[in-house]
Amino acid sequence: MEIFLQQIINGLVQGSVYALVALGYTMVYGILGLINFAHGEVVMVGAMLALSALTAMLGWGVPPLLALLLSVGLAMAGCMALGYSIERIAYRPLRHAPRLAPLITAIGVSIVLQNLAMMIWGRQYHSFPTLFATSSHVIGGAIINDIQIAIVILAVLIMAGLMVVVHRTRLGRAMRAVAENQHSAQLMGVDVNRVISITFMLGSALAAIAGLMVSANYGLAHYYMGFLLGLKAFTAAVLGGIGNLRGAMLGGLLLGLIESLGTGYIGDLTGGFLGSNYQDVFAFFVLIAVLVFRPSGLLGERIAERA
Amino acid sequence: MLNAPKIFLTIGGKHQRHAMLVLMIATLLLLPFITDVLLGRGWVRIVDFAMLYIMLALGLNIVVGYAGLLDLGYIAFFAVGAYCYALTGSPHLALAFPMLFPDGVHLSFWIVLPLAALIAGGFGVLLGAPTLGLRGDYLAIVTLGFGEIIRIFLNNLNAPINLTNGPQGISRIDPISVSGVSLNATQEIFGITFPSVHLYFYLFLAFTALVIFISQRLEKSRIGRAWMAIREDEIAASAMGINTRNLKLLAFAMGAMFGGASGALFAGFQGFVSPESFSLMESIMVLCMVVLGGMGNIAGVILGGVLLALLPEILRHSVVPLQQALFGKSIIDPESLRMLMFGGALIAVMLYRPAGLWPSRVRRRELNTDEADEKV
Repeated sequence: MEIFLQQIINGLVQGSVYALVALGYTMVYGILGLINFAHGEVVMVGAMLALSALTAMLGWGVPPLLALLLSVGLAMAGCMALGYSIERIAYRPLRHAPRLAPLITAIGVSIVLQNLAMMIWGRQYHSFPTLFATSSHVIGGAIINDIQIAIVILAVLIMAGLMVVVHRTRLGRAMRAVAENQHSAQLMGVDVNRVISITFMLGSALAAIAGLMVSANYGLAHYYMGFLLGLKAFTAAVLGGIGNLRGAMLGGLLLGLIESLGTGYIGDLTGGFLGSNYQDVFAFFVLIAVLVFRPSGLLGERIAERA
Repeated sequence: MLNAPKIFLTIGGKHQRHAMLVLMIATLLLLPFITDVLLGRGWVRIVDFAMLYIMLALGLNIVVGYAGLLDLGYIAFFAVGAYCYALTGSPHLALAFPMLFPDGVHLSFWIVLPLAALIAGGFGVLLGAPTLGLRGDYLAIVTLGFGEIIRIFLNNLNAPINLTNGPQGISRIDPISVSGVSLNATQEIFGITFPSVHLYFYLFLAFTALVIFISQRLEKSRIGRAWMAIREDEIAASAMGINTRNLKLLAFAMGAMFGGASGALFAGFQGFVSPESFSLMESIMVLCMVVLGGMGNIAGVILGGVLLALLPEILRHSVVPLQQALFGKSIIDPESLRMLMFGGALIAVMLYRPAGLWPSRVRRRELNTDEADEKV
């Protein structure tokens, strides 16, 4: 029972990170019908930027809380600039090109970012500095620490904030209008290009926070962390129904739970034939299973209508 | 469809065309010797690998270029073929099943090659059947996931039964032998000494020629035309009575078979396979060859394959000395510079030359809508 509870906690923590990244995929997909393959790398850049800034500022003697806030701000700003440039350079010129074209440029962008990051930050793992004395809490035999609690609470707050932005503000209405029909939105006076740019920037800001969360949770960051995380978050977005914000959140949490429970129990289920080293396989099987049996995801509209 | 002869027609008459062809074949036949003398034995090996990449790229061209299905896990089929040959042509299985195969399995290459192609094709059908109904970008991600799944399994299937030997890979694979002549040793034929790399060159040349021939026949066949129709407009194609699902599946399986056969050749040539050779970056490299060269155009794909297979070697021999001379040390290693160039090339080609360096006519028309409008 303790193991079960522990896996649930791990799953929820990991799932909130997936959900934040998945929101970036789903917002872009909802508006442009495009899989932003480079989104995972934006998460990585966010984590690396935040980590470098944090380490540097702690070295200068900046108080930990201020250093954390400043480096989050810096990472968000950097990622927003990055997201904006990616859209301008790699996607906007191809908006009316065949479907495969932007996907291929997206792969190109992601390779470029990965290798630039490797040149700047090197191949080694960067460790996350200890900012505060964190304590662990025992709930029913399972352990959860302060960082994990902070991740879940922060993720919930950010998602709530995003829902308010999308459903209650002028900008959100413009975003929904563009997602519904670009041309009509334009005719109604919505600046479509501006809305798309802002969407990319919003998604990238969330990615920066998610990147910081991942590296804080594992205590590590390196240039290759974005690829797998991006793929899993995309899976989460598809699981929930791509293009649907609530779906991305639900899909993220579910995928986190599936992954941690699956990893925890796969050894017992297969009689020791498969072990926890198959952790990364679950997301891909979930992805294939969802696409085969329910391509619209749990909460999504039918994909055929969007084709 | 007459564009291929037209290129030659602009060069000259019928006799000149024949002369060109003879000259080309002679150059190809002498290529290992020329390379050996001019650049050294190491480069013959590089040329051999380039041929393998060309075969792979031509296989992927069927899927991406003809049928327009983006496959990001193509290297998985290459891996399946390579492991087929590795398992059936090495002492390795003796470790896993000592009772069944006390010395391992040592099947003839000519049995394994079609077997590897068939098994890889089977995997292609297995992956394609449930997913080909999806839209193109979803298919891309699913194939990417499939490639990773295969790699994770290759990495971990060393326990409880040691099937793949995990990250260490399988070594001591039997060399390929043609009618009793092992290609792994220097052979003397008609008084000419052929080192091992030369022999492999001729084998790969023959297979590349076969793949080119099959690709060309496919392109002009009913099937090939149906693939292109699907690529350009799937709904219109199915309205014309094309069974889009089966034909897409066929493209997927054919591409996978070429990948599997190349994989078996790779395993025999290298004598060693490990999961490391089948990473996502390899898939992307092969995709780069197809995209950069010109999707759907055989000559373009070959050009892309040659360029990208030789690029790392050229970089290794130019970038490092250049940096040494300029800064006194190597700042950027050629490997990451190569990947950076791949990424940049993918973006640049899609933005400025979407049909590739050497485009096929049909594809250019499709990707360049303005031009198509003018023609209509």
